[in-house]
Amino acid sequence: MMTSEAIEALTELGAHIAGRQPDAVKSADVNVGELTIMAERDHVLGLLRFLRDDQQCNFETLIDICGVDYPENAERFEVVYHLLSMRMNHRIRVRVSTDEDTPVASITSLWPCADWFEREAFDMYGIQFADHPDLRRILTDYGFEGFPLRKDFPLTGHYEVRYDDLEKRVVYEPVELPQEYRNFDFLSPWEGMTGHIPGDEKAEEPTE
Amino acid sequence: MADTAHISEMEDRKFTLNFGPQHPAAHGVLRMILDLDGEIVTRVDSHIGLLHRGTEKLLEYKTYLQGMPYFDRLDYCSPMNQEHAWCLAIEKLLGVEVPRRASLIRVLYSELGRIMSHLLNVGTGVMDVGALTPITWCFEEREKLCVFYERASGSRMHAAYFRPGGVHQDLPQNLIDDIAEWCEHFPRLLDQIESLVTENRIFKQRNVDIGVVDEKTIMDWGFSGVMVRGSGFAWDLRRSQPYECYSELDFKIPVGRNGDNYDRYVCRMEEMRESVKIMQQCIDLMSKEGPGPVLLAGSKMAPPRRAEMKNSMEALIHHFKLYTEGFHVPEGECYAAVEAPKGEFGVYLVSDGTNRPYRAKIRAPGYPHLQAMDHLCKGHMLADVSAILGTLDIVFGEIDR
Repeated sequence: MMTSEAIEALTELGAHIAGRQPDAVKSADVNVGELTIMAERDHVLGLLRFLRDDQQCNFETLIDICGVDYPENAERFEVVYHLLSMRMNHRIRVRVSTDEDTPVASITSLWPCADWFEREAFDMYGIQFADHPDLRRILTDYGFEGFPLRKDFPLTGHYEVRYDDLEKRVVYEPVELPQEYRNFDFLSPWEGMTGHIPGDEKAEEPTE
Repeated sequence: MADTAHISEMEDRKFTLNFGPQHPAAHGVLRMILDLDGEIVTRVDSHIGLLHRGTEKLLEYKTYLQGMPYFDRLDYCSPMNQEHAWCLAIEKLLGVEVPRRASLIRVLYSELGRIMSHLLNVGTGVMDVGALTPITWCFEEREKLCVFYERASGSRMHAAYFRPGGVHQDLPQNLIDDIAEWCEHFPRLLDQIESLVTENRIFKQRNVDIGVVDEKTIMDWGFSGVMVRGSGFAWDLRRSQPYECYSELDFKIPVGRNGDNYDRYVCRMEEMRESVKIMQQCIDLMSKEGPGPVLLAGSKMAPPRRAEMKNSMEALIHHFKLYTEGFHVPEGECYAAVEAPKGEFGVYLVSDGTNRPYRAKIRAPGYPHLQAMDHLCKGHMLADVSAILGTLDIVFGEIDR
């Protein structure tokens, strides 16, 4: 658990970043002891460069880049950057939103290790990164189609692979499920329901 | 005519080599396309994903509890350390703290896992450069640790022992005694390995000044764990951002000086000794503080006692709901990281308030490490590639996910 001083320090840091980069920062919040910055997509490269080079921030290590899919949002994807400063011993999270067609600036010029992280976000979600040197698929199969971590991609996938003993090679076939995939909905309507309860209307009916 | 012959001779020195995916020194299913100039490596293109199982997609379709065993299958050399990160992320969002005894057991088994992983890495890494004996000693000792895993969880490897809110079951006293006895003997084995390897002339020739990691490389390529400490930086999440009860335990952080393969090997050997010390302290604390709950008692995350279920309808319903629907995690996002044997293993968890994670991103330490292969191997000889790969300590379960 974080001490209140640590949380205060993070809040101050967030205010410092928002003050120095007013164009790039939409909001800076501290939740469960973690500083999160919502950033403008067009300014993300400048913001991350500032976070790396500023004396007070000093976020020199890029920990992770990943995508998140929110299909109901106007811009469905979010790219989440996690940075760490070993010197100052603090972390930060930067989030920007984008859609299928709008590219986010690649940060491979700041951290070479962003290369594979961005390739993975592209592979899994189809998020485009502008000026990436080599935006290939990385984790999925050679010749794979679709973006598996999107919420509208089925868990079972579209193709399955097996070794065909007659043809002496690996063959691709459409997925065939012996049993329908069972996705249980546990979100009970009985919990925390307000207003109308099914069956209540019967109480109003006149008894004969 | 003579000129063209000269050019083609020069061109002949350049060729492309396919390393893996089924190569014993690739430590798993790694395919590397190596561009060589004679025996000098000019470019490394790693093709990963041959072990991709879609863990992150699967996690989105499972309850928090059902998702936990997937973490054993990431870095399968030290399964419980991965479970730890998952449990910490969930606990962070729930805002709960685990009971004291559970915390001690977690640290005990995390350090046990660290020794398991380092034993495997030292054994195979030494074998990569030609020493065939130490791996048999390492695996003999590793087998004993697997038995400790089995006696705690019922499984040698894929333990599924940690739970959000604690650990699954308490440890029997004779198991704790046996671990304590093992801790007494184990450093002697480390001495034996060191007597064979550390000052060995061939081992030094193959590893000293190979794959040197400097400060810029660490920052540029997102290194963590031994890859940082081998270069002289005392960065360890157990010390700098302590979780569980690490802040009250007494241990040292071994650091290297030159950041080469050899220093990383020495760091791992020293870390194993420190881990033994941590385990002994945990055992002492456990016997001093006596028995206690190992799962959050009375919470919605712990199953009711079997005896209670015989008499209480509520307990029976709770048991059923816990293992079908699971518990709900409040809406929010968090990142929790542990110092896994291979570096910083983190979980970025996005919850929408239901019983299943909305998004779980696994940050594996091996992923950025392997990415730096091109940077580290450029200009080295072909034979150094497998030596460098060995000290990066990569496991494909966590890289491909």
